[in-house]
Amino acid sequence: MARMKFLCDSDRCIECNACVTACKNENEVPWGINRRRVVTIGDGKPGERSISMACMHCTDAPCAAVCPVVCFYTTADAIVLHDKDLCIGCGYCFYACPFGAPQYPRVGNFGGRGKMDKCTYCAGGPQQDNSAVEYMQYGSNRIAEGKLPLCAEMCSTKALLAGDGEIIASIYKERVQRRGYGSGAWGWRTAYREELPA
Amino acid sequence: MRRILLRAAFALALLAGPAMAQTAPVPQPLGDRGQPDAAELEMRALLRGEPIHGRISIPDAKAANLIQPEGREWRAFHNRTLAWVGGIAVLGMLGLLALFFLVRGRIRLGEGWSGRTLLRFNLLERANHWMVASCFIILALSGLNLTFGRHLLLPLTGPEAFTAISAAGKLAHNFLAFPFTLGLVLMLLLWVRDNIPDRTDVTWVKAGGGFLSGHHPKAGRFNAGQKMVFWITVLGGGLVAASGYVLIFPFTVVDIAGQQLAHIVHSLLAVLMIAAMLAHIYIGSLGMEGAFAAMGSGRVDYNWAKEHHALWVEEELARARQQVVPPPGAKAAGAD
Repeated sequence: MARMKFLCDSDRCIECNACVTACKNENEVPWGINRRRVVTIGDGKPGERSISMACMHCTDAPCAAVCPVVCFYTTADAIVLHDKDLCIGCGYCFYACPFGAPQYPRVGNFGGRGKMDKCTYCAGGPQQDNSAVEYMQYGSNRIAEGKLPLCAEMCSTKALLAGDGEIIASIYKERVQRRGYGSGAWGWRTAYREELPA
Repeated sequence: MRRILLRAAFALALLAGPAMAQTAPVPQPLGDRGQPDAAELEMRALLRGEPIHGRISIPDAKAANLIQPEGREWRAFHNRTLAWVGGIAVLGMLGLLALFFLVRGRIRLGEGWSGRTLLRFNLLERANHWMVASCFIILALSGLNLTFGRHLLLPLTGPEAFTAISAAGKLAHNFLAFPFTLGLVLMLLLWVRDNIPDRTDVTWVKAGGGFLSGHHPKAGRFNAGQKMVFWITVLGGGLVAASGYVLIFPFTVVDIAGQQLAHIVHSLLAVLMIAAMLAHIYIGSLGMEGAFAAMGSGRVDYNWAKEHHALWVEEELARARQQVVPPPGAKAAGAD
């Protein structure tokens, strides 16, 4: 099986936020929640770069390790998903996540945050694949249709890559070799304990 | 003719452009040269314990953290440190109490029951005590469930029932925090006067509270052990409540690093308090004959009071004698 990963080539990302919009539209993400976001570091300074970030579907995922009700599970493609029917909205996954992926529909509401929501790698949830209830709870399930996440699929500069870790790493390495530079795979050290030398 | 040549040259230049770009690598943009790469920045952030922070164009300001490496430390705390500290504190205290019960047995009344009682805690004091106590028990159980439930309870109940229990526990935990805090404030107002440490506490501590010798050092309304329970409840409980409110209202007071810290303070103090309260519950019920009545009916046996709170009994008696004013014209017994 594949080991699905995200890779954002920040030398290509132009901060157009199309990935954010695509994600919100494809998954009908509730107001106030951004499963994907674009962060610009060193804004206006030399070396400024924008990175599109979402759940990285970590190896040995911290969210799953700290969840008091064990609502997380990992698919055969190494995608980290969660069961909203089991989630109690305690916020622990949010404390542990390095990428700020888990979010809640309500904040500042007496701790009644509601069920956690995060990027599903467009792979839905534990419900029947592509059923109406799955779509309502988790959004679309493109993986079940043999497609990749929409954010990466429609990235205009192909900065955001999704797919099997080895394949997207080799695409990135080839790019770096051809262009002569690269700033590395953002989040890979944290999520996969792996580095892609630039 | 010249025009056609120019056009041909232009077309050639257009064709050659991309071809040349493909063969020779473009130099790195000037501003990017010498900048740390992703892995390097992540390593630095981890070592410094600070997030990689940027700018974001959505209103959700907390999303501007690209990577927050402190999550890893919090995970290690929650899954290892807290589990060990909590496990040792709770099980260790239960073990100690069981051992104490086996060695010392129930602490009996030295002189037996006198049959006369005196008021130790009035209705307000008792009602407040039981409000705090019942809140504390539910808060403690629902709190322990968040750390230990998935290992102890989940295998027994199955995931759906466990979620129902935990969700109810979380709701109870959030809402009972308020009566618990109110009770702590009342407790402070009601009992702080009698819980100021004084010289009798030194002798009490030196004598080990008389737990093993059976000889009870003189004490006022509260002995040093009870004073400790009071201050653990008021100060510890106050800190646990304060750190808890920070977590109930996420991002109103502190950011994510502050919430991680608040959780660490909250949970560590809470498990230590649970251990202390187990000892308090034991000695107030099973561990000592005559002790429960103080918080039950509010009236304790005269002999029990003399044994454990001799100075308090003297004060109470002195006060009672002052209050007994003979009616005018009354003659003392045997006066005529």
